[in-house]
Amino acid sequence: MPGTLRNTLAVAAAIAALGTAPAVFGQQAPTAIKIGWAISKTGPYVGGASITTLPAYQVWVKDVNAAGGIMLKSLGKKLPVQVTEYDDRSNSDEMIKGIERLATQDKVDFILPPWGTAFNLAAGPILNRYGYPHLAVTATTDRAPELAKRWPNSFWFLGTSTQGAHALVDVLTKLRTEGKIGSNIALISVADQFGIELATAGRAAFKKAKFNLAYDKSYPLGLQDMQPILTEAMRSNADVFVAFSYPPDTFAITAQARLLNYNPKIFYTAVGTAFPVFKQKFGASIEGQMGIGGINPQSQEFKDYLKRHAETTGGSEPDRWANPVTYASLQILQQAIERVGRIDRAAVIKEIQTGSFDTIVGKVKLQNNLRVDGWQVGQWQGGEYYGLYPENLPGAHKILFPKPAWTK
Amino acid sequence: MLPGLILGGMYALVAMGLTLQYGVARIMNLSYGEFLVAAALATFFLYTGLGVSPLLGLLIAVPAAYVLNWAIYQLLLVPLVRRAKNRDMLEVDSILATFGMLFVVQGLAHVLVGGQYYSYSYLSIPLSILGSTVALNRLIALLFAALIGLALYFALTRTRAGMAIRAVAVDPVSAGLVAIDVRRASAFAFALGGALVAAAGVLVSVFLTLNASMGVVFTTKALIVVIMGGVGNLLGALLAGLVLGLAETAVARLIDPGLTLAANFALFLIVLLWRPTGLFGGAAR
Repeated sequence: MPGTLRNTLAVAAAIAALGTAPAVFGQQAPTAIKIGWAISKTGPYVGGASITTLPAYQVWVKDVNAAGGIMLKSLGKKLPVQVTEYDDRSNSDEMIKGIERLATQDKVDFILPPWGTAFNLAAGPILNRYGYPHLAVTATTDRAPELAKRWPNSFWFLGTSTQGAHALVDVLTKLRTEGKIGSNIALISVADQFGIELATAGRAAFKKAKFNLAYDKSYPLGLQDMQPILTEAMRSNADVFVAFSYPPDTFAITAQARLLNYNPKIFYTAVGTAFPVFKQKFGASIEGQMGIGGINPQSQEFKDYLKRHAETTGGSEPDRWANPVTYASLQILQQAIERVGRIDRAAVIKEIQTGSFDTIVGKVKLQNNLRVDGWQVGQWQGGEYYGLYPENLPGAHKILFPKPAWTK
Repeated sequence: MLPGLILGGMYALVAMGLTLQYGVARIMNLSYGEFLVAAALATFFLYTGLGVSPLLGLLIAVPAAYVLNWAIYQLLLVPLVRRAKNRDMLEVDSILATFGMLFVVQGLAHVLVGGQYYSYSYLSIPLSILGSTVALNRLIALLFAALIGLALYFALTRTRAGMAIRAVAVDPVSAGLVAIDVRRASAFAFALGGALVAAAGVLVSVFLTLNASMGVVFTTKALIVVIMGGVGNLLGALLAGLVLGLAETAVARLIDPGLTLAANFALFLIVLLWRPTGLFGGAAR
């Protein structure tokens, strides 16, 4: 039986190869731009991938095709986008295999990256080898500048962990100079990749700015019983509570802090704070809670995006951090392809490196393949998650201080 | 102390269904956690979509799960029971079969609700008891766990059907010799276990953030509790759950939150070294 199956597969592969042959030899003009991605549709990474990355891909494909496709000057017409999708099952081997298959068998024109820092790092070498532009959005690492040099086809959109930590420290330093908070900070962090990176960068930045860590503990990934930790953090009497946390623990920390009526002047949680389900769960009680990311909700482009996102995904909202940036990265890809005017990946990569692009998160011009001016600190105010920092970004909101009491 | 007890009560609640399924029906159900998550997600949609309170949701989920699990046992597992020459073989076969079922349930959940996180607020009201603050919803979950545990304990020790189930758990061959319908008792235990896991799912959905991929977390936790307590022993599961919860909270509070998992497994190892069949386990087979 396995032999027969293998034979069938071989025949199928042969037929598939025959089918694509004309395009390879250029006898026939392409009828579509083939886009492929391998992403976590099952397994532990699906929680992030299905809020941040996949919906943005879907909205973009729908938008592009609704507008008739991507304009290729060399053909003098618009080509629709055709998608090939694989589930990497939150397994990095599967993800690599998926990308390999997209590149060698499906011969797609462009590959969109998987979700998460670890997977983007793992996908880096292979996307580089095959010469595809790598739009690493959901990857926050201090190694981004170094990696951008090593893989000139890779683009990093969310900044580094150090940038994120420094942004928070800048916000706090300003408050302390104004005499609004003291120097004590209660810090907790999840013992997993991004949490560790943020905490390491944060500790150094706090120390440099002469903040004192009155409480500093890490907890294992998956812990949802936060009461003992929060009780200790409360005892430290610090004005500032910082949690470099992941989505499920961000929810647990918030629910249990509210329960304990732990209401420091600054209450910051990291990943997950910008999720729509976070607002849905806590309603008005998260007023003044700070977190990572942010958006400018006043921008008309973003408002339109909200609407299209809801239409495509059956009513769900994007998160207020990396999802709109993911969509923006695809707008950049599209504009770069249209400026080049043909399917020429090397030229597209060059255009992304040097060009300036209009997106739903504003004008983007990468510096050494890095986007440096994204929102780093946000805050819930009146049911919307406003970007607070960097303060020089258009739409930067004023901080709400101190955090109001939890509503019951 | 109280937060530890509450956490422990949740562990016990999550594990009680498995101790029936594994201890009596001898089905090592690897898809256990998926059923828990399925019940939790169903509760989420009942509450946020239709406004059905989770406690009312119990009345829907528990009977539905009982019927579903009974059907699963009859259709999927009875052939394995028939084929198995002894308990060990049934255990291996059931592990393989339920491992497959895990993917079916998880896949269905993904198709139906996608992979994002689900969480809602219900009775998240602080209560001050003995100097510590606890959430009303967690307290209710603990009370239900205790109630269900006690009711089951009495049903198993004081009724005829309960005695039959315990007999099957101890020795299915001899149970058959004294005119106990072993297959019926096993199907009943499996379905009852399924109903319990649905109850656990409904109750934890009130305070945990979940997505469709998180079932395995509950399966492993339940396995530790069941093995630590002694397979098939309800009181053992209750006690083991409470011990784990207390230890976890104490370690997080007094030593370091990073060590909670390590403390859990260390305790598990110590108990197994000291009593290889668990706290309340019978003599080794």
